[in-house]
Amino acid sequence: MKTSLLGKIAVYAIIIIGALVFVFPFIYMILTTFFLGTNTLPKPDQVFSVTPNLTNYMTVWNKNNFTTYFMNSVIVTSVAMAGSLFLGALTAYGFARFTFPGKEAIFRIFLLTMMIPGVINIIPQFVTVKGLGLVNTYAGLWLVYIAGGVVGNMFFLRGFFESIPKELEESVLIDGGNNWTIFWNIYLPQSLPAMGTLAIFIFQGTWEEYFLALTLIKSESLRTLPIAILMFNDKYATNYGQVFAASMIALVPVMLIYTVFQKKFVQSGYNEGAVKG
Amino acid sequence: MAVLPYVALGFAGTAVFVLYPMIKNIIISFQDFSIMPNATNEWVGLENYRKVFEDPNRKFLVALRNTFLNVAATVPVNWFLALFFAVLINAKFVKFKIAFRTIYYLPIVTSWIIVALLFKYLFADGDGGFINYLLHQQLGIISEPIAWRSNYWSAMIMIWLFHIWKTVGWGVVIYLAALQGVPKDLYEAAQIDGAGPMQQFWKITVPVLKPITLFVLINLINGAFGFFPQVYFITKGGPMDQTQVIPSLIYTQAFEQLKFGPASAMGFMMGIMVFLLTFSQMKKFGKQRMF
Repeated sequence: MKTSLLGKIAVYAIIIIGALVFVFPFIYMILTTFFLGTNTLPKPDQVFSVTPNLTNYMTVWNKNNFTTYFMNSVIVTSVAMAGSLFLGALTAYGFARFTFPGKEAIFRIFLLTMMIPGVINIIPQFVTVKGLGLVNTYAGLWLVYIAGGVVGNMFFLRGFFESIPKELEESVLIDGGNNWTIFWNIYLPQSLPAMGTLAIFIFQGTWEEYFLALTLIKSESLRTLPIAILMFNDKYATNYGQVFAASMIALVPVMLIYTVFQKKFVQSGYNEGAVKG
Repeated sequence: MAVLPYVALGFAGTAVFVLYPMIKNIIISFQDFSIMPNATNEWVGLENYRKVFEDPNRKFLVALRNTFLNVAATVPVNWFLALFFAVLINAKFVKFKIAFRTIYYLPIVTSWIIVALLFKYLFADGDGGFINYLLHQQLGIISEPIAWRSNYWSAMIMIWLFHIWKTVGWGVVIYLAALQGVPKDLYEAAQIDGAGPMQQFWKITVPVLKPITLFVLINLINGAFGFFPQVYFITKGGPMDQTQVIPSLIYTQAFEQLKFGPASAMGFMMGIMVFLLTFSQMKKFGKQRMF
């Protein structure tokens, strides 16, 4: 189809304006991280005339135990991610490959839990974790992240598992393999793209999870990065340069992962989230 | 039972950390509940529910009204922008499609907390906030800088803009993927019949995308219904709890005011509402993948 030159210019203009609306706040944020004044809100004129420097990044990294919180988040996120992937895949395998009594009923109950917004569960989950004596421990946090996410992760993976041809299993069975070898040698390797996508969702969801972590973790030394950033913001509200330098550092891991894997993506809902906090 | 080793752990985890909490939530909503050790947690019947509805500030009803306002204000805009941008980016002559898609998706990848800090900074009071600077000093559209988060409507508008900016990229990406699946020969046939771009859009693109549009709309409605970080991180429900939605109200009532009973009562009522909403959507639209 021939589009007139004027039409082409109009389309480009609109999508470029759209792109600017999405990218400009990030640029403004990055420019602000170069601003060194600490007591007032930086005026737009001041923001646009900054010279790039890493002073705020260095200060933030060395201040207020930032590295501790960063490492806390790395530990919390990596264990939760590994556990969620493993348990999600295991359960999905059970659902995709076996028939068992009550399967349909359990499936329906699981579907029901998916509909209920996670926030409603925060109070009773807190009470449950408290009952187990696991408040203020990562074990408590991991249990809720992993067990709370298993239904969603199972639903995500089940479809991919069901599309794996049964013939592949036969070769394993002939070689004397069992159900476990089929899971490990066929289902997991065959669904790597889906597992990878799910891993990214879980990573992002856990890395930025705030409400449950704030509720369950009491001592300062165990806090995760999102909590630390908000507390930092409350404490140094006018020090915008440092607040956004800290935010930029927190964004780096997620951005990095998305850029590296963006082509291998399997699409899904934005508000699905692999973590049901 | 060869299946047991594979599903036992998942079932147990779901039972303890999802199903039991859901039941526990209902129980708490009928108790005078305290998290203190040795608390007796007496049964009080419908007392918590009465408290929720007889609150002199009508917080729950305000939150309920805001929830419907959020759906009405954001879903149509979000949906229209998603389809609009996707169709334009998908035009045959547009280059750097992947770059555009990545930029539009950027806010989705960024965490709610950080985007909220950024929006509070951009919408800061006085002419120092970028939005006021732009609207007042540069464009002169408003006669004086707006204190965005201090007034009900300006705070609501800010929350809506925040939500739309943060999530519209999701719809764009979904529609871009869906547009790849629209058969090209339909357009060719339409061109032979002399149909212009607008006619092709309304007669071909829109009908073919109908199932995807349903999927997008359901997700947008559920997303707008479930506002939580949008409100909690921007206004914390203020000014005076006027911008609260039910999730943010539940969270602040429970963990800041320690009113667990009334908070659980609100949670149970919201659970029923969301269940009915999702259930009716499923009934209507059949068993297509909803998530």
